[in-house]
Amino acid sequence: MKRFVVGFAVGSSALAFAVLLIGALLEPLSGGVDLRVAVAAQMTASGVEHPVTAVLLNFRGYDTLLEIAVLLLALIVILAIGLDTTSDRPRAGNPVVQTLARLAAPLMIVVAVYLLWAGAFRPGGAFQAGAVLAAAAVLLHLTGLLPSWQTPMLKLRSGLTAGFLIFLAVAASLLSRGALLQYPPAQAGMLILLIEAGLTISLGLILAGLFLFLSRDPGGDT
Amino acid sequence: MSSGLLFACVGAILFSMGVAGVILIGHLLRRVLAFNLMGSGAFLILVGLAQRNDVPDPVPQAMVLTGIVVAVAATALALALARRLHALTGKLELPADEA
Repeated sequence: MKRFVVGFAVGSSALAFAVLLIGALLEPLSGGVDLRVAVAAQMTASGVEHPVTAVLLNFRGYDTLLEIAVLLLALIVILAIGLDTTSDRPRAGNPVVQTLARLAAPLMIVVAVYLLWAGAFRPGGAFQAGAVLAAAAVLLHLTGLLPSWQTPMLKLRSGLTAGFLIFLAVAASLLSRGALLQYPPAQAGMLILLIEAGLTISLGLILAGLFLFLSRDPGGDT
Repeated sequence: MSSGLLFACVGAILFSMGVAGVILIGHLLRRVLAFNLMGSGAFLILVGLAQRNDVPDPVPQAMVLTGIVVAVAATALALALARRLHALTGKLELPADEA
């Protein structure tokens, strides 16, 4: 009975909140700031042609820098929680599925490189490319071709942190020009591509690690 | 009503359902799903409002892209904690929620 009362109260409150929020959304907009004009005005100096990529890596660079830091922090906490060292029975891979995975993984790498490059002028970029790379690693793992990861050694640690450190290094080097993450317009495109390439590798490894470090399969040290 | 506003209204409903789920549900896995529903609702509101006019606003879209990545990190961390709790106690509910 008490549980029902609590449920009814919370449900009613949520419904009322939804109604209020929808009412606010339907109210006609007046006097709002139009950010599209501001973004369009600065596109020529941003170094890329796609407005969302420009916002992510030039106009809101701090946010993107801290975003990769959040991912790294989550992975570090997962490693700190402690890995489950019990082993499941290693699964026998289906050879048909393994063959398909072997065919798919190189194609996914090609798609990731394309997504990284396409981010300059159409939707794409480092985070989408990193997600595709991570999906390739998880696919190989689930088909039994890639063992789960144990404690990360030097090479894997370098890969995991490279994106964040490259971003930080570019930001710090630009500090000598007066402001953190304020690109000179002539080199903005090249610097953004450098940052995105480092981010792609690190994001792929971090996102794959969120899965593979939690897997129960026994695996060698990497 | 434009399609953008429709997405925003659906996002508001999803967000409210997610909030109710996080408060009411005791099972940790379902609570993580409700948390994701809350996040998806917020993202839908931002993306829907970004295209109220014909030309989409790139700033809310970039914020949603950032939010999706952070939500993935938070979900992975929550699942790792839930697995740890299950390994230690054999249950997927917090002690305070078992009553």
